[in-house]
Amino acid sequence: MNARLLPYVLILPVTLFLCLFFLYPFLLVSKQAFSTGAGFTLDNFREVTSYWKFPITMRNTLLLAAAVVPIQLALALLMATMVNRMQKGRDLVLYVWTIPLGISDLAAGIIWLAIFEQSGFLNSMMSGLGIVDKPVNLLTFQNPGIVFLAIMLAEIWRATAIMLVILVAGIGLIPKEYYEAAEVFGASPWKRFLRITLPLLRPSLQTALILRVILAFEIFAVVAALSGTLFPVLMGETYAYQFDLLNSGAAAAMALIILAISIAFTLIILRVLRVPKGATI
Amino acid sequence: MAQIEIKNVAKRFGSYQALHDINLTIQDQEFVVLLGASGCGKTTLLRIIAGLETATTGEVSIGGRRVDHLAPKDRGIAMVFQNYAVFPHLTVFENIGFGLRMQKLPNDEVKRRVERTAELMHIEQLLKRYSGELSGGQRQRVAVARALAMEPDVILMDEPLSNLDALLRMEMRAELKGVLAASNTTAIYVTHDQVEAMSMADRISVMHQGEIVQAASPIEVYRNPAAEFVAGFIGNPPMNFLPATPAGDGKWSVAGQVMDGPSSGKSLKFAIRPEDMRPADEGLTATARVVEPLGAHLLITCEVQGSMFRAVLDSDMSVKPGDQLTLAPQPDRMRWFDPDTTLAVA
Repeated sequence: MNARLLPYVLILPVTLFLCLFFLYPFLLVSKQAFSTGAGFTLDNFREVTSYWKFPITMRNTLLLAAAVVPIQLALALLMATMVNRMQKGRDLVLYVWTIPLGISDLAAGIIWLAIFEQSGFLNSMMSGLGIVDKPVNLLTFQNPGIVFLAIMLAEIWRATAIMLVILVAGIGLIPKEYYEAAEVFGASPWKRFLRITLPLLRPSLQTALILRVILAFEIFAVVAALSGTLFPVLMGETYAYQFDLLNSGAAAAMALIILAISIAFTLIILRVLRVPKGATI
Repeated sequence: MAQIEIKNVAKRFGSYQALHDINLTIQDQEFVVLLGASGCGKTTLLRIIAGLETATTGEVSIGGRRVDHLAPKDRGIAMVFQNYAVFPHLTVFENIGFGLRMQKLPNDEVKRRVERTAELMHIEQLLKRYSGELSGGQRQRVAVARALAMEPDVILMDEPLSNLDALLRMEMRAELKGVLAASNTTAIYVTHDQVEAMSMADRISVMHQGEIVQAASPIEVYRNPAAEFVAGFIGNPPMNFLPATPAGDGKWSVAGQVMDGPSSGKSLKFAIRPEDMRPADEGLTATARVVEPLGAHLLITCEVQGSMFRAVLDSDMSVKPGDQLTLAPQPDRMRWFDPDTTLAVA
């Protein structure tokens, strides 16, 4: 076979697959979002953005991402650095830390609900220790802070490992000689982390952050399990438009808004963590 | 003043003894080459001096100050790594200035020193580039400039030229020697390349199986190898060896020839460099096996009483494989080794 054609032939199946099951449905959703039955319109977008709950869901989603992602990034970096230094048992620790990845987000939400609910582990422990007289209902509208904290904890527990595995692989690729050179030339361990690890980890950081931030904007099941409707997020509203209000035009518009935010943040991350022109990392 | 003193340094990796009781004093501004085959412990010794490795026992002092418990940055050293370790995410300027930045020197001082060392290494036009845009030789220059910019007391080099091609290596060898001599630093240079060692060093420290076998000037190491290992390792081709049996009163019988030698009662090994022999009427009888014309010389691999023997003769001689040669060793170049201790016998 013609060597120049071969690569295209080889990617043809996956291209067809993506066109059929991704691009085509995506175009259908876009069409739904931009029409109400009679031609092109922005009515669906107007409807969802003018709804009183929209600013709240937007704020909640962004707030949650802003609270969770930096903590996850710091934790993942710390854990990756620790794992990288380990001589023995490295794989075992890595496996244990990545267990939450194998659990569905709804299941993760339910696990943390089992901790925080009125008859949950936390209440049994607190009453056992005599901190509270009787079990208290923590996840109510009177305690928005606790609800937010519970969601944060669940998300951190559930999804830090996705960044961890990417960063562990990235750190492992940095040659030891760079650290030794930095050490000889006077860089403290902290300086080595700042001046060697972080810059050389940029490609991995990009991947990890993009993946994590996109997932953060799609948060749904954990919030649903822990807060019900107490803490509305964008994805929850999308679900409500589609299945409760049977307004698929509005749901499609919401989906596109989430997509737009994801693309915007992806571009920001790519820009901020770009590798300078000419530098090879 | 940066005299380096290494006292009874030993290093053990698990059950493997990498270094045995190393003692070496390096004078201020001396250029010492640690020479040896791979796995002889030369890089380990260098890394112990640098502080990247800790000695199991022993002391290291630089400039009269014990440094074994100091971090590398507090030892007054700079280092050139085998794979250069030029940071790929920094420009050449920032690479050379890395150590100076870590010392928090003011910007104009960093700029002055970076520019001066860049000029010294002829890379001043590359300061804005990244390492990915440089050739191997240019990267090497950046690595050396980065070390020189620190104005260190001691500069440590771990096989710095081993990744360059032959021509570039020869060029850099001469240049490095000149730059280091001008910088007034003490230098320790690790290599497995004897030509590099011979041409650059004030003193060569030959290492073998974790021990220093001989530490002397290049010509001394070449002319008077202290042990059989040194004689066989240095020189290309290396020294020839033949068994010698005592023939009484300082006389030795070597391949049927009687020669003057040291007074010793037991059997010794006779050694001679291939270039220290002349065709003569009387001498060792050799049968030529392979003849290699090398331009300036003729390298002849022959057989003397079943032992392989090499001779370097003038290229205008005509020798064919199978020819019988009579080779006379130059008396003042003959060396003798004790086969039990492998050490030289005077």
